[in-house]
Amino acid sequence: MQEHDTSWVRTEMALAQPAPAGVRGLGAWVRTNLVGSVGDTILTVIGIALVVMIVPQVVSWAFLNAQWTGPDRTVCATVAQGGIQPDGWSGACWAFVNAKFGQFMFGRYPIEERWRPILVAILFVALLVPLLIPRVPRKGLNAILFFGALPVVAFILLIGGMFGLPHVETSLWGGLLVTLSLSFVGIAVSLPLGIVLALGRRSKMPIIKTLCVIFIETVRGIPLITVLFMASVMLPLFLPEGVTFDKFLRALIGVSLFAAAYMAEVVRGGLQAIPKGQYEGADSLGLGYWQKMNLIVLPQALKLVIPGIVNTFIGMFKDTSLVSIISMFDLLGVVKQNFSDANWATPQTARSGLIFAAFVFWLFCFGMSRYSMFTERRLDTGHKR
Amino acid sequence: MASQEILREEPSRASFINDPKVRSLVFQAVVVVVLGALVWWIVQNTIDNLQRLHIASGFGFLRGRAGFDISDSAIAYTSDSTYGRAIVVGFINTLIVAAAGIVTATIIGFIVGVGRLSRNWLIRKICMVYVEVFRNIPPLLVIFFWYSGVLSVLPAPRDSYHLPFGSFLNQRGFYFPRAMWGEGSWLILVAFLVGIAMAWFVARKAHQRQMATGQQFPVFWTSLALVVGLPVLAYALSGFPLSFDFPKQSTFNLTGGFQVKPEFLSLYLALSCYTAAFIAEIVRAGIMGVSKGQTEAAGALGVRPGSILRLVVVPQAMRIVIPPLTSQYLNLTKNSSLAIAIGYPDLTATAGTVLNQTGQAIECVLIMMVVYLVLSLVTSAVMNVVNARMALVER
Repeated sequence: MQEHDTSWVRTEMALAQPAPAGVRGLGAWVRTNLVGSVGDTILTVIGIALVVMIVPQVVSWAFLNAQWTGPDRTVCATVAQGGIQPDGWSGACWAFVNAKFGQFMFGRYPIEERWRPILVAILFVALLVPLLIPRVPRKGLNAILFFGALPVVAFILLIGGMFGLPHVETSLWGGLLVTLSLSFVGIAVSLPLGIVLALGRRSKMPIIKTLCVIFIETVRGIPLITVLFMASVMLPLFLPEGVTFDKFLRALIGVSLFAAAYMAEVVRGGLQAIPKGQYEGADSLGLGYWQKMNLIVLPQALKLVIPGIVNTFIGMFKDTSLVSIISMFDLLGVVKQNFSDANWATPQTARSGLIFAAFVFWLFCFGMSRYSMFTERRLDTGHKR
Repeated sequence: MASQEILREEPSRASFINDPKVRSLVFQAVVVVVLGALVWWIVQNTIDNLQRLHIASGFGFLRGRAGFDISDSAIAYTSDSTYGRAIVVGFINTLIVAAAGIVTATIIGFIVGVGRLSRNWLIRKICMVYVEVFRNIPPLLVIFFWYSGVLSVLPAPRDSYHLPFGSFLNQRGFYFPRAMWGEGSWLILVAFLVGIAMAWFVARKAHQRQMATGQQFPVFWTSLALVVGLPVLAYALSGFPLSFDFPKQSTFNLTGGFQVKPEFLSLYLALSCYTAAFIAEIVRAGIMGVSKGQTEAAGALGVRPGSILRLVVVPQAMRIVIPPLTSQYLNLTKNSSLAIAIGYPDLTATAGTVLNQTGQAIECVLIMMVVYLVLSLVTSAVMNVVNARMALVER
């Protein structure tokens, strides 16, 4: 055994020394984050090369060389293509987006009636914003107004035909108006329907369970396009002669049912994550089935799966773009329709229009995903496993 | 201890209406009756409508002459072929684009996913931008972007971009040399298969020997030599039967070579880019799900960093990755139906054309649904097998 000599013990604290020069400041940050090793350095060089290759081109195309206003295609075409730009010019044609902005937002909605969708949009934002900010009081009233009153008011305002408002057919609707109304109704229908389907799938009644499983698995196994095809081609066959459905309504039914099946699976995940003790506790208190679900299980289960629910919303918002395939004009459909406008046909038109549409979609989806992260953090009570 | 007398009372019977069993039976009966009535009503309406429109139901129409052309077909097809064959052509195209997309999306997705966890700040940020951009844009828009934003504004054939290996890129697609297999080239294929079989055998034997004696064997290099070397040997033995048909530029078009149409290219690129963003997130979650203690323990045992990744981290990450990866593969396959928007003749597009020509809406939609359902089930089954091999073996 080795013997230790512990006769000397230090009695005062050693003075703090400054941090080693190598771990602070810009130089150290660069060393650890960019050029830590040979491999890292090579990666950094590749990364810088990528950025240098892409970013200046994008910036010059989207901003420096872009044409913001103009009467027709000449501002966005080179001399060889019949325009005014020098040969070899390449830039975004925001003039196209600028000129068609009204169409991109409202489709063929009559211009003198466009105040109606604008009013609906203002109401929508005015009710949505306080609903999203946790500190604003009166959430219950707000939610009733948002999910109960707003749809009715919006329906009356948008369709018209009563209170002296001229009737506007849904075939005239288009652009962001269609995208947003499809998504709003889809979200409002698919969440409750999805919850019911999920409860049905976990129900002890064999027939209910089988029906729910068949519905969910079938819808999840086929593409949305097929569902939309079904809604647009087969639904008329299923109805008695003379009964016709609005095309918009058919798409709405298709999208909502499709999203509901995915929502059901998300909600089921939450239901399964709730410990059995919660169910049994509710039972032992003598609560009935709906009381048990509404008061004990669903509040916990839904809170657990907020990210999944919002992901389904985002997926559905993106999926509404598919209605352009069954010749409805949502934002993407209108943008694409306008490519064939001979007044604006240039090589840059398609790119510019699509990037504008992508930006709008991106804003909504990114906003939703960030808000879901925020809610998740706020509702996190530490029970999550 | 005094025995307690237990008073047994006849349990007070709950009212008939409140009995859960009775309730559930009644409820189910009501649902069945309502649903049955609805289905009966729908079937009656459908029969009436079909009679009124003089459409004969049944799948006999599949034997009729199709009469439309398909631009991209892997098997022999002319407009004289049957409707059934047209749908098969579409089905094969769906399979091709889905398989190609899955492979590419997986590769990009793994690279980006690992990149998001890189120690390198720049790489991390680039990968983050990629994921955030592509996750939040509809796939259909990405397809249109490639199709009308990028590929259709490429130069005309006479000004094609010249790419390496004698390939060309222009607005009619991507042209590359077509391999012409001459006499005796079957030998190469046989050699390749034999090489794979032998490599598998060697790997097994080496593993057994290492388990028994602890001696290692350079499996990788041996397998590489077998899989590459044998076909090369066969190629030399059979007298170099491989030649290439290079695309040649003429005044207005390119002749020869193998042409990949812009429809396929844009669908394939868009599906790959879009799905890769989701796969990247899955991979990132999988790697982050392996606790740091595992890496540290392996390091403490003296395992090298490369081997730690291969033997400790990746096998555990795969357990987390595979189930959501499966659903991404299924999503990609289903999203390939967006081909119809740019006119790539996949299953949905050809079946849609058949539907429009024949009016057999129910049959065509049924075919589509069944095919996609079967595809989904097969993909899940395959991935379940993979998952079962990867899953934790618990005792």
